[in-house]
Amino acid sequence: MAVHNAHPPGFAHQFEDMEQQREAGSLGMWVFLLTELMFFGGLFASYIIYRALYLPSFEKGSHLLDVRFGALNTAVLLASSLTMALAIRSAQVGRRRAQVGFLITTMILGAAFLAIKFTFEWHHDYVEHLVPGFGFVINSDWGAAGPHVPMFFCFYFFMTGLHAIHMIIGLGILTALTIMAHRGRFNPQYYSPLEVSGLYWHFVDIVWIFLFPLLYLIGGRYMGAGH
Amino acid sequence: MSTATLDVHEVPTGSRVNYLNAQYGVKSWLLTTDHKRIALLYLFSITLMFFVGGTFAVLMRLHLIEPQGALVQPETYNKLFTMHGVIMVFFFLVPSIPATLGNFLVPMMIGARDLAFPRLNLLSWYIYIIGAIFTLYAVISGGVDTGWTFYTPYSSSFSHTSVIPTALGVFITGFSSILTGLNFVVTIHKMRAPGLTWFRLPLFIWAIYATSIIFILGTPVIAITLFLLGLERLLHIGIFDPAIGGDPILFQHLFWFYSHPAVYIMILPGMGVMSELITCFSRKRIFGYSFVAFSSLSIAVISFLVWGHHMFVTGQSIYAGLTFSVLSFMVAIPSAVKVFNWTATLYKGSISYDAPMLYALGFIGLFTMGGLTGFFLASLATDVHLNGTYFIVAHFHYIMVGGAVMAYLGGIHFWWPKITGRLYPDGWARFAALVIFVGFNLTFFPQFMLGYLGMPRRYAVYPSEFQVLNVMSSAGASILGIGYLIPLIYLTWSMRYGPTAGPNPWGAKGLEWTTPSPPPTENFEEIPVVTEDAYDYAHSTVTRG
Amino acid sequence: MSEHIVPLRVYIGIFVALLLLTALTTGVAYVDLGAFNTVAALAIAIVKMLLVVLFFMHVKYSSGLTKVFILAGVLFFAILVTLTLADELTRHWSPTPSGWGALLPFVTRFF
Repeated sequence: MAVHNAHPPGFAHQFEDMEQQREAGSLGMWVFLLTELMFFGGLFASYIIYRALYLPSFEKGSHLLDVRFGALNTAVLLASSLTMALAIRSAQVGRRRAQVGFLITTMILGAAFLAIKFTFEWHHDYVEHLVPGFGFVINSDWGAAGPHVPMFFCFYFFMTGLHAIHMIIGLGILTALTIMAHRGRFNPQYYSPLEVSGLYWHFVDIVWIFLFPLLYLIGGRYMGAGH
Repeated sequence: MSTATLDVHEVPTGSRVNYLNAQYGVKSWLLTTDHKRIALLYLFSITLMFFVGGTFAVLMRLHLIEPQGALVQPETYNKLFTMHGVIMVFFFLVPSIPATLGNFLVPMMIGARDLAFPRLNLLSWYIYIIGAIFTLYAVISGGVDTGWTFYTPYSSSFSHTSVIPTALGVFITGFSSILTGLNFVVTIHKMRAPGLTWFRLPLFIWAIYATSIIFILGTPVIAITLFLLGLERLLHIGIFDPAIGGDPILFQHLFWFYSHPAVYIMILPGMGVMSELITCFSRKRIFGYSFVAFSSLSIAVISFLVWGHHMFVTGQSIYAGLTFSVLSFMVAIPSAVKVFNWTATLYKGSISYDAPMLYALGFIGLFTMGGLTGFFLASLATDVHLNGTYFIVAHFHYIMVGGAVMAYLGGIHFWWPKITGRLYPDGWARFAALVIFVGFNLTFFPQFMLGYLGMPRRYAVYPSEFQVLNVMSSAGASILGIGYLIPLIYLTWSMRYGPTAGPNPWGAKGLEWTTPSPPPTENFEEIPVVTEDAYDYAHSTVTRG
Repeated sequence: MSEHIVPLRVYIGIFVALLLLTALTTGVAYVDLGAFNTVAALAIAIVKMLLVVLFFMHVKYSSGLTKVFILAGVLFFAILVTLTLADELTRHWSPTPSGWGALLPFVTRFF
């Protein structure tokens, strides 16, 4: 039988060494993110097509969204990416309490994002009859662009909804990571679960980086319509 | 580390500890992370699904014996062809070679102990099973009648059948594919044995790698498409809904963006198997190794550029049609390259006609026929006449059944001794291969003629002048069905009563043949160091034994 | 993936840049630039994405293989969009007969 060196905890024996395991884990997450890119990609591609076909309706719909919440949420998510990166950095320099602190902060920011989205935006839209399939009302003020405004809102809810699902999954992952970090699982030699989950979290942030202008900033607001 | 060119006569056989008997009990199978056991779990499941899908095919062919339909109501017929398609495509063909032979062989062929992510591998099997359960539930709860293509607006707004459970089942199973593809890509990149450079890899690995690219980049798109379809059905509003400006053709774009590359998911692994079989049973190295390797990658890439050829007559823009037509002609080139290279490999080879080789030779002829008929369909003008007819049905069955299934059976037979440690009865195997070949051609060749003459597909009734050809096709289907049952019987029999196999009954090259049959759980006692190219039969001292 | 430890000030700097770009894209939306509004919004989003990818996701310090994979993903997404748009945007460009095709009615008259 081959004699193998003593390996650190967390080593998986299908690999030759920790280096290979780490590289495989990282590549694996990148491949997974590619699948996520194509998953969201189908929605983004459809969005691009309908925006090209129905630009006035998309502009109208976009103006009915509140840019302030969109911008705020963007800042919140960007901050959460920072704290996630800092959590990983804390593991790299071996600071356990900083890891836990930054992970918890990331979770709080993520939860804040969801709270803003669900309570201030979605709920408001529901009350204003802007949710397709749930009593959507085409306002006659919207003119000729009216009939296709529900299409914009379909995309708004589907895209932000799918994004929110990914955020919720991310919060679950972060919870697990926080517990592991608290127990001192991660150190400068072994922190790949953090690294790999960080990649996921940043990806979800990038999706929002595109969702914000594509949903909230269509067609400019210089006409004075909306906020 | 030392080289692991084992002297095959020194390896003890018989009641050695191997991956099959290392642990006993249901839990040891259902909670296994051993890629070889997971391959067998998949083998069992997809065989089951094959016969479920096959049953629907049998019912369809029985029904079509008479012009007015002999068996079922038209509404039921619609469900039969839908469920046949859904099950065969998503639950048999897509996972077939990758999840069984791929899972078993990839680590072994590259000299690794397992895939990169063994637990993810097990998870992907469970995901497959859950998806299959949803779809089978849909089958029992009244079936689906939208066609496996789920075109809107019928599927989103008008069908009263179990669309959502079916779509959900396919959606879930898609993640099984994605995880499998992810596992293969990472494993092949990161876990090759020392000395095993990319251009020394078996071509089966190149084929699996190319297939995995498609798994990763294509499957998510059908996932989101079915997700949107389900939402639209639930909410009665959605992005394909014409009432708010939705375009049903957009559904088709998104659907075929995956489903065309999916057909290459179904054939590429078979082509990989082909390279292994042709070289072994001609005892020659492959002609043009790098051409065959790059052709696999080319097929994977170009396959993403041709999907609109399924939509020539839908009202798609003619300019898009022109683009897709030209690109579709191009995608044939790498496939043709492979056929030429296999043929050149056969030339002046020392050929033996064991069952795997019979399947391989059948593949070359039938795949070529299926592929050539694709040109008629890639040409805009002829496609107008042939689209929606049995010509299309025959075209894809020649490739999927005459090609992919034959390659799958060839591979199963070839690696059976390695997987089970047993030999199957050779005479029955060759007989079954011939029965399948005859049955297949009798079933599907008349369908080319029917399509050309104008018989539409997915119709429960047809004009009486087409009856003779339909009866021929149905007769062929019964022969084909028997042909498939025969291996099921003798392969199952061999697992218990077949003679034990040595490490390398075929005298084949490849790291998997340097291990005992069946292999130990950890595959290799020591990780091998590779110093020679693939298929180095000319310098081989290994003989059949 | 990397063993490289990114300095704290780099992370903070990137974060500040991201916030500024967010403010910029929001502000630009209130200025009338016609079609260029869309271009600007997308360009800024791409820059933000690159900052996150290169620094937060450590791709700047990663192997070439990672970069190839990312490019491949972007490429295939682009294929999906481009070829679908090729249909959706050209559907009403029906070709009207001109040149030799216009002669057809005269030809069929005599045959």
